[in-house]
Amino acid sequence: MSFSVTEPTKGTKWFAGVLVVAYAVITLIPLLWIIATGFKSPADSIAYPPVVVFEPTLEGYVNLFTDRTRATEDMLEAAGPPQTWYEEIARERGTVISGPSRYGERFLNSVIIGFGSTALCMILGTAAAYAFSRFRVPLKDDLLFFILSTRMMPPIAVAIPIFLMFRNLGLNDTHLGMILLYTAVNLSLSVWLLKGFIDEIPMEYEEAALIDGYTRFQAFYKVVLPQAATGIASTAIFCLIFAWNEYAFAVLLTSGEAQTAPPFIPNIIGVNGKDWPAVAAGATIFLVPVMVFTVLLRKHLLRGITFGAVRK
Amino acid sequence: MTASPIQKMAEKTPPGMARNIKGLSDRTIAWIFVAPTIFLLLAVNIFPLIWTIRLSFTNYRVNRPNKDVDWVGLRNYERILNDPDIWNTMQATAHFLLWTIALQVLIGFALAYLINKKFKGNDLWTTIIVFPMMLSPAVVGNFWTFLYQPQIGLFNYVIAFFTGADPASFSMIGDVHLAPWAIIIADTWMWTPFVMLICLAGLRSIPDSIYEAAECDRASKWRQFWTITIPMALPFLMLAVLFRGIENFKMFDLVVQLTGGGPGNTTTLTSIDLKREAFEKWRTGYSSAYAVILFVTVFGLASIYVKALNKVKER
Repeated sequence: MSFSVTEPTKGTKWFAGVLVVAYAVITLIPLLWIIATGFKSPADSIAYPPVVVFEPTLEGYVNLFTDRTRATEDMLEAAGPPQTWYEEIARERGTVISGPSRYGERFLNSVIIGFGSTALCMILGTAAAYAFSRFRVPLKDDLLFFILSTRMMPPIAVAIPIFLMFRNLGLNDTHLGMILLYTAVNLSLSVWLLKGFIDEIPMEYEEAALIDGYTRFQAFYKVVLPQAATGIASTAIFCLIFAWNEYAFAVLLTSGEAQTAPPFIPNIIGVNGKDWPAVAAGATIFLVPVMVFTVLLRKHLLRGITFGAVRK
Repeated sequence: MTASPIQKMAEKTPPGMARNIKGLSDRTIAWIFVAPTIFLLLAVNIFPLIWTIRLSFTNYRVNRPNKDVDWVGLRNYERILNDPDIWNTMQATAHFLLWTIALQVLIGFALAYLINKKFKGNDLWTTIIVFPMMLSPAVVGNFWTFLYQPQIGLFNYVIAFFTGADPASFSMIGDVHLAPWAIIIADTWMWTPFVMLICLAGLRSIPDSIYEAAECDRASKWRQFWTITIPMALPFLMLAVLFRGIENFKMFDLVVQLTGGGPGNTTTLTSIDLKREAFEKWRTGYSSAYAVILFVTVFGLASIYVKALNKVKER
């Protein structure tokens, strides 16, 4: 390595590294605590002092996915020996499993609404972004600013009329209603990000394609789309994460049928008050996919969170 | 883009189905591509906004659909602006905004500065630091109530361990004086990485040659920091403040799960107060006026701020 006056010294690097790693470790503790609590028994989860080393159990996960009722000795004996490992865990607490819990449905709702709105958002967003990037659209700057400004509204502020509108259209508490709503919320992000990505593709490729006899549409999906694939993929992941995490609209507009996981997880209650291992298990299953996506997205994070305003 | 020569050439070699679509002009295609987006945004954002403004002049209540709706003019607005509770809410929001932004900018910038020293493995640690901000605020906020439990909570235990206080003697969420700090700590934990990422981009955008020139002029590191690093990273810092300001003014999910606005009204931020008026007390007209006031405030403050930001950028 050549000598440079701007290159930090070895000592500086070491010092900076130690501080950053220290911060990272501290900031990770709450997340690790969630994951660990999911594998604790109820007694371990509320032990004092907090236990770091414990015997892992899947009780939290069993409680998360099942509804249980208290059973007397006679009932337990009448029911015969437990058939499965999860029944065995429930029996140890003197309960029998009465059926699956709602968590599976809620998680599935999150998946349907998340992926549905992301798909719709990408179709609409890519088309709009392409038009804004390549054509002379009248009032282009005003329209783009209008699209961005929709993001400034507090969700609660528009929730009242949306609630009324959805009630009239029969969209309250339906998958379709939530998909349309989340698509609209995420459109500003997808249009702005995708416009940035498409702007970076040289126009010459399309011109060459047009000269070769492609139509505009063909040039769009045979030349531009493949070139923008990385940008589209990372934008899609951002839209998915935002829809996945959304809480305000979900809690106000859904209650049963189309309720997603975020309003549901905090309300998981056990037999004796709040069942923290089950809550933590639910949170773990819900949060870990996002962490994986974050790792995949790491090169485009900055662009995503600033709506494309900052590019590396 | 005027594609007339290109189109002429294209006409000479049209493949298969192209003929059917070729008739469309660029202008038409542009509208076909943009219209669905604009339509959806009008339907789900602008139409509701206009409806909110309309409702704000009435005494409509969603839970009493059969009652006559009267136009009350500006009475809702008058009542809101004269309500001392609203001003308490605004004060709680301002306290939350100022402290979260100050802490996040300070810690976020410091982290970015350290990461920019390019020690080995800095990419990996940056990704790890970013985790909290990508997660669901409602789910994480709910879990923070567990960390804040007196006695059994990890947060209380750690604080007690270092200060020697009794971990059962204080409740971050239950205490009137501590609750505002409980939400500030959780929000700072969650969103500092956001400021850090933007600052990092700012620091990386400063060319090495400027530092090299300063080094030739024998400017001290301290001086370089204040005359090069800070002024050149300032537009990025201001952008981070803008984003955090708007987001935290809208703050709902994290705080509603953490404290629910309590104890008393100490952490009732405007969004939480608005939710209570609109969806618990069902004062639809009144809360619509409230929503309009909030939106005008955010929009007004953001516009002024963006003007200032552009001035800094021009320098």
